[in-house]
Amino acid sequence: MLDVSDLHVFYGEIHALKGISLSVGTGEIVALLGPNGAGKTTTVKTISGLIAPRSGRIDLEGGALAGVPAHEIVYRGVAHAPEGRRIFNRLSVVENLEMGAYTRHDGRITADIERVFTLFPRLRERHTQVAGTLSGGEQQMLAIGRALMANPRLLLLDEPSMGLAPVVVEQIFDTIREVNRQGTTILLVEQNAAMALEIAHRGYVLETGTVVLTGTATDLAANTDVRRAYLGE
Amino acid sequence: MDWELLLAIFPQVVMDGLVLGFMYALIALGYTMVYGVLELINFAHSEIFMVGGFVGVEILLTMQATGWLDTFNPFVILIFIILMGMAVSGVLAVVVERVAYRPLRGAPRLIPLISAIGVSFFLQDLVRLGESLWRNAFYLTYPSFAAFNTRIEIAETIDFSVKSVIVVVASLAMLFALQFLVTRTKLGKAIRAVAEDQPTASLMGVNVNRIISLTFLIGGAMGGAAGVLFGVQYNTINPFTGFIPGIKAFTAAVLGGIGNIPGAMVGGLVLGLLEAFAASYLSLLTGGAFGAEYKDIFAFSILIVILIFRPRGLLGEVVRERT
Repeated sequence: MLDVSDLHVFYGEIHALKGISLSVGTGEIVALLGPNGAGKTTTVKTISGLIAPRSGRIDLEGGALAGVPAHEIVYRGVAHAPEGRRIFNRLSVVENLEMGAYTRHDGRITADIERVFTLFPRLRERHTQVAGTLSGGEQQMLAIGRALMANPRLLLLDEPSMGLAPVVVEQIFDTIREVNRQGTTILLVEQNAAMALEIAHRGYVLETGTVVLTGTATDLAANTDVRRAYLGE
Repeated sequence: MDWELLLAIFPQVVMDGLVLGFMYALIALGYTMVYGVLELINFAHSEIFMVGGFVGVEILLTMQATGWLDTFNPFVILIFIILMGMAVSGVLAVVVERVAYRPLRGAPRLIPLISAIGVSFFLQDLVRLGESLWRNAFYLTYPSFAAFNTRIEIAETIDFSVKSVIVVVASLAMLFALQFLVTRTKLGKAIRAVAEDQPTASLMGVNVNRIISLTFLIGGAMGGAAGVLFGVQYNTINPFTGFIPGIKAFTAAVLGGIGNIPGAMVGGLVLGLLEAFAASYLSLLTGGAFGAEYKDIFAFSILIVILIFRPRGLLGEVVRERT
């Protein structure tokens, strides 16, 4: 579904991505792992159009995305739940979800809000509340729910476990798996490699802007380098 | 002290305060909307307001010259000049953003501020030049309408001029329309989302530049409407008319909590009422020691006191910072 090849991104003089290539097949969960500053967030930001690449290709089912502005990429079926959640604090929970459906003009928006509430029952309880007053876990649920409201073919999730208690992380990862079962392809950025490899089909390991390792989730989880560097062994 | 006189003029004072306050509120909306979205103090907004006033007077003078002024219903003419003032000022505000602010989007905060002051001087002198060439004068007087100057008598000591009622009704209608737009429509939600977080709004599919243009269009249109109403109410206009109401409306926006739309309305009304009370009552209450000319000192002293206790403004909210 998604093919990224030889992607180069610069922040001013800093060469942040040095020729990243990766692919995500329809129906997959692909994990993007690696330490801080490896370029994971930059990669998804470039895919969703927040950053323009210096060179390289990003193809989504044949159509080129590189250089297309973010607000148009949503219309092509890519939704991005960004790092740090970035929900709209001053909007209510429902308004946040409605913003997620900004590109849509069909009559099923209410039904899809209901679907998000089924995935995250906590959000239903707080649906009229201003989003800034939610707990961290609830905000993450809202960020994922908001991205789902675009009915994306490809969902980009950036660090959904960040700053959350292990129990909450479990819940959120269960739901991510459920969303994937319901047919959404997912590219998942995570520092929590153990959790990510548990639900992913395949993975890429990034270091200083290049892909250093790739394989199935099972192979990566068994790889001694990965175990030493990211799984705390 | 003459309590009877104090009471007798009270309704009139309230009405004067409301007229002034609604005018400030309309102008304040332009400051507060732009600030909410860009965190920019659009100092050129007072000139957007002034241009609206000139659009109104130009149309009226032209109609007067052709004799049309007497053939149409004054209320139809009024609605027409308000709409034209809104259109011209709205479009002008959009152009100002494109030319003077957008190229500086990534620059430090101070730079677009300087650019705004530059635009402000530019527009003042442009209007002065234009009117000097066109009419040989740049202090222009609104043709008066008998229908607007009629006074409606409510009680023996209370009567309001029709034009005061017009200002209040027109402002209320626009404020409600704006509040509805911002809180109840998809466009309003997009404006609030852009105000809070531009990159994330773009991830939702919102074209951020278009929303910013629209914000200037709406704020400019409100300013233009205020300019026309100002001209109708106070009769004269010149290229520097915008400065004082502009500064006061900006103060009103800060008083209400800058970035907050209901706050701009409340701030405008509070400032207008304070000013009207000071203008009418200062000399009565101080036995003539302070006259009406101290109204600004009085009004602004109270504002300072309010801001000491509520530094975010009357309706300013404390929003939890993003992690």
